[in-house]
Amino acid sequence: MVSSLPDRPATDFTPVAQSEEFRSLKRSHRSFVLPLSVAFLVWYFAYVLLAAYAHDFMATPVFGSVNVGLLLGLAQFVTTFAITMGYVAFANRRLDPAATRIRERLEGEGK
Amino acid sequence: MSATLAAAATTVETNPILNISIFGAFVLVTMIIVIRASRNNRSAADYYAAGRSFTGPQNGFAIAGDYLSAASFLGICGAIAVNGYDGFLYSIGFLVAWLVALLLVAELMRNTGRFTMADVLSFRLKQRPVRMAAAITTLAVCFFYLLAQMAGAGGLVSLLLGIEERIGQSVVIAVVGILMIVYVLIGGMKGTTWVQIVKAFLLIGGAAIMTVWVLVIHGFDFSQLLDAAVANSPAGEQVLEPGLQYGANPADFVSLALALVLGTAGLPHVLMRFYTVPTAREARRSVVWAIWLIGIFYLFTLVLGYGAGALVGAETITAAPGGVNSAAPLLALVLGGPVLLGIISAVAFATILAVVAGLTITAAASFSHDIYASVIKRGKTTEGAEVKVARRTVVIIGVVAILGGIGAQGQNVAFLVALAFAVAASANLPTILFSLFWSRFTTRGAVWSMYGGLGTTIVLIVFSPVFSGTPTSIFGESVDFSWFPLSNPGLVSIPVGFALAIIGSLTSREKEDPKLAAEMEVRSLTGHGAEKATAH
Repeated sequence: MVSSLPDRPATDFTPVAQSEEFRSLKRSHRSFVLPLSVAFLVWYFAYVLLAAYAHDFMATPVFGSVNVGLLLGLAQFVTTFAITMGYVAFANRRLDPAATRIRERLEGEGK
Repeated sequence: MSATLAAAATTVETNPILNISIFGAFVLVTMIIVIRASRNNRSAADYYAAGRSFTGPQNGFAIAGDYLSAASFLGICGAIAVNGYDGFLYSIGFLVAWLVALLLVAELMRNTGRFTMADVLSFRLKQRPVRMAAAITTLAVCFFYLLAQMAGAGGLVSLLLGIEERIGQSVVIAVVGILMIVYVLIGGMKGTTWVQIVKAFLLIGGAAIMTVWVLVIHGFDFSQLLDAAVANSPAGEQVLEPGLQYGANPADFVSLALALVLGTAGLPHVLMRFYTVPTAREARRSVVWAIWLIGIFYLFTLVLGYGAGALVGAETITAAPGGVNSAAPLLALVLGGPVLLGIISAVAFATILAVVAGLTITAAASFSHDIYASVIKRGKTTEGAEVKVARRTVVIIGVVAILGGIGAQGQNVAFLVALAFAVAASANLPTILFSLFWSRFTTRGAVWSMYGGLGTTIVLIVFSPVFSGTPTSIFGESVDFSWFPLSNPGLVSIPVGFALAIIGSLTSREKEDPKLAAEMEVRSLTGHGAEKATAH
């Protein structure tokens, strides 16, 4: 048995890839994950640049000894958790049913 | 109290017998689990991917166990205790990075690959050049990371077991290496995964207990804890502000932050963990579990770091053997005496063991599956022969890691983990993202990006202050051949990796097979034809 190469069925997947159903799945996947990735990276680098170059701003006390820097840092945790849950909800509701439909049809055709 | 603490810190009143017995118990329990788990290690899918039989939550724990190295536990606690806010910055980069893995990489990788990162990268490109390049970057990342862990083990020993002599430390490094070889040889991916799961429980549990303890002492008032840390620090208020560690060179910090956030999703031992679950949906669940566990753990380290600053004191920590790494163990000593110190020490060793095991099986899989089976034998070999090569590679890597760890003792190896992340972000991530998301990506783009990203990272680090020109450089202050001003090459090498991928693809005369691109697209998004769990 050839162990290293992935199984390469002779099937041509081009018609599936160009079907409206698949393109709609691809569109909803990309239009969700790509903008969201850009957004969290921008927010992360805004935070990093503030921490690197705006020490006085980050040191502004907010309540007690807790300052802006600590709150913004904790906000990174909050947004990370929120994006995680948001993506899971989206994937369960929108991506999985469409992906399952296409996969089951392909497997039903014996491909 | 501070006088006794200072005495404790200089001699470190540890109880080596207690520490060794707690660690011995960990080894015994995990060894039994590994032997039980290894009964079904027959096929390559069993050995490399644990038969794809783990659930999402189990794999989430294993990912946390694989990812939370001694550097993140001892290193971040110590950095926060001594340098305050700047230590916290590390943990944020390490956590946010998981969103790249969750949103862009995990599920698509799981659907298109079998055992290694190269499976995905070479799916629609030319097999041999792409696999060779991906295997070389995989081995480079694993080697740097492994060396950092092994050298760290030597440093830990001096602190935790009171072994100061070089020979004693070398023996401990060898013991860690041999244990790791045994785990990986017998247990394969299944055994390695269980070691990581057990370790994640111990590490997160231990950190949770200490966190609650520190908070109780400070009346569950975080602001009061910060005040206590400020009062006990020579830097005073500055521990609450950024700049104590990176203030002199903020560009270096930005460079590090870039490598941390983009490197995680390109770490081969993290990527390989996605193959141990049966479906892409479970891969998603495992990343979600990992994000929660890792995030909560880093919140603990924030409390523990400032707690160590408040209760132990930055001066005591830096004076202790092991330096900043001793913050968490010394805090354990203050809180719970020698027993808690013993537990935390054993957890730290378990951490190193679990991480090196994960790295070793990844490197071995990449060598045997990508270089041996695909490049040397051109796919004409059997699974049995491939797994045999993988097992032999495990022994070789283990020996190299032991020798490297012994050789690197006393060297400043802190840069190695950051270097591993920089290589992963510069050489691996561009090819991963482009092969999943850009249909015009070509073999030339992949090969240029992987070799170019790896080469740029290494050249820049060699000509940086890490190697020469400063008192803390490897070659000392007297030798100076540095011309690159940053200790972290990511700011330059990551854009170079992405640019080479794009330029290489746009200048390729040969176009890649559009049918394979269509197949990869359909499979990655729908999970059609994805490798299933093996039935036993």
